[in-house]
Amino acid sequence: MSYRITTDCVNCWACEPLCPQQAVLASKPHFVIDPARCTGCEGEFAEPQCASICPIEGAILDPSGAPVNPPGSLTGIPPGVWDQTRERIQAR
Amino acid sequence: MELKVVDSSGVREKIRDHPCFSKDAHHHYARMHVAVAPACNIQCHYCNRKYDCANESRPGVVSELLTPEQAVKKTLAVAAEIPQLTVLGIAGPGDPLANPERTFATFAALTEKAPDIRLCVSTNGLMLPQHVDELCRHNIDHVTITINCVDADIGAQIYPWIFWQHRRIRGAKAAAILIEQQLMGLEMLAERGVLVKINSVLIPGVNDLHLAEVSRIVKQKGAFLHNIMPLIAEPEHGTFFGLMGQRAPSAKELHAVQQSCANDMEIMSHCRQCRADAIGMLGQDRHDEFTLERIEKLEIDPVAAMARRAQLRAQIEAARTAKSLQPVLVSLTSLTQPKPGVGGSPAAQVGRAKLASSAASFRVALASSDGQRIDQSLSEVEVLRVYQVDGQSSRLTETRPVSGLPSHLSQDPVAEAKVTEVIKLIKDCDALLCTRIGFNAWQRLERQGIRPLSAESGLPIKVALRQAHADWHTDTEGAANAASRALSA
Repeated sequence: MSYRITTDCVNCWACEPLCPQQAVLASKPHFVIDPARCTGCEGEFAEPQCASICPIEGAILDPSGAPVNPPGSLTGIPPGVWDQTRERIQAR
Repeated sequence: MELKVVDSSGVREKIRDHPCFSKDAHHHYARMHVAVAPACNIQCHYCNRKYDCANESRPGVVSELLTPEQAVKKTLAVAAEIPQLTVLGIAGPGDPLANPERTFATFAALTEKAPDIRLCVSTNGLMLPQHVDELCRHNIDHVTITINCVDADIGAQIYPWIFWQHRRIRGAKAAAILIEQQLMGLEMLAERGVLVKINSVLIPGVNDLHLAEVSRIVKQKGAFLHNIMPLIAEPEHGTFFGLMGQRAPSAKELHAVQQSCANDMEIMSHCRQCRADAIGMLGQDRHDEFTLERIEKLEIDPVAAMARRAQLRAQIEAARTAKSLQPVLVSLTSLTQPKPGVGGSPAAQVGRAKLASSAASFRVALASSDGQRIDQSLSEVEVLRVYQVDGQSSRLTETRPVSGLPSHLSQDPVAEAKVTEVIKLIKDCDALLCTRIGFNAWQRLERQGIRPLSAESGLPIKVALRQAHADWHTDTEGAANAASRALSA
């Protein structure tokens, strides 16, 4: 079971050089993970490297199909409080 | 955007032909960026990684990612067609040091094939300490580090996370690591004699009050120049700040912060926040001319091209030296035209009062299209640049746009309205410096106590200001002597 990249990927290249298995492939319309090569970084790193640098929420799914970086996890702001945050920032 | 330079003649020599660092060099020399470094290892709230969009033109955005081989070929092609090229930079679109193999492969090949081209790199600094030695092995003498804060809590509002030692680290802890690496990298480079410029993005309500502290610290650690740039945060760029409605600073706020950072550094004002694939002279981007398709077909003789560059540089430097020796300011006192407004009128008294109050330092508004030379008449001026002048130094303190009126119209009512607006804009100034000033405008300026000064078109601002100050000083002393004579009579 491998990690997977969704259509949300913006082809930013961050993950490609980090993969210890060279399983991330630059591709169109977006990067892909070769399922035959991906080991989920098992035995090599505590966390999957591609998902640990990916800047896009929801772009990488774990083997169960769940987003490793769910909405709100990368901005540090849960979607429920975006409106409040926006108000605070706009007051600057 | 303004740059502050630590005054040192050694630094001056090093930046003499660098269009991004030298105030004057960007008129003569060109630079280019090659986009070989796509990956990034930190997230900034003012950046959106979806860079590959042909409809945009802003810093960090490119439409063509190059392999190191393509980048080398492109650089050699550009250096052959634009012999003014002195500098090759890698500035992204991600972070060059998050792509060390691609960055250093490019530098290594260019060090060998075009040793006269200087190499530069811009980085967020996270991986800088690890790569300092490798950087110094190449033909590099300038590095730019973007440092927006030296306080981790402020950093947490700018950087949501970093990628560090195989993990994503968030919040203030992430910012603390980033700041530590940036400052360590800065110190290491300064120790090795590499010039380091610091870029800071001014974010109102986040780091505006903090940048003076950043300036103090980076200067102390050996940075030679601090460039404070305004935040770009349009919602359509899809950045976090853009989407959240974080505003950009006004020109006035930017200037105020630059002033608060000024201490004893000189201020410069020509940074253009270039794209990561910019080519040519500053402000005249030619990246469209150098498509990969075209470059692949070109036959380049790098040795012949280098000889042509050497020849052109010698010519440029000879011309620059000659120019700096010619004072061409036309002084007010040398004009034979009878000067209106002289005498005991109230206006003349206003003028003298201003004159006496600002003997040591005075404020000049001037007309320049590019911030380098006096090259516009009063009727053409679009932006008034206000300089504070004292002794041998002059400092750009503000730019004031002259609104609306089309510059090609010179009919009387329009010209009249323009003069009215200009006078309103520079009421607090002691003098106005431009290429031509009409007789009526001359009189009106004098009535407001603003001294009209005309300079030959193309005269460098610095030379004009020095001359103006010398005249001013002489006149001020004369006025003071006259006043003391009047008192003793």
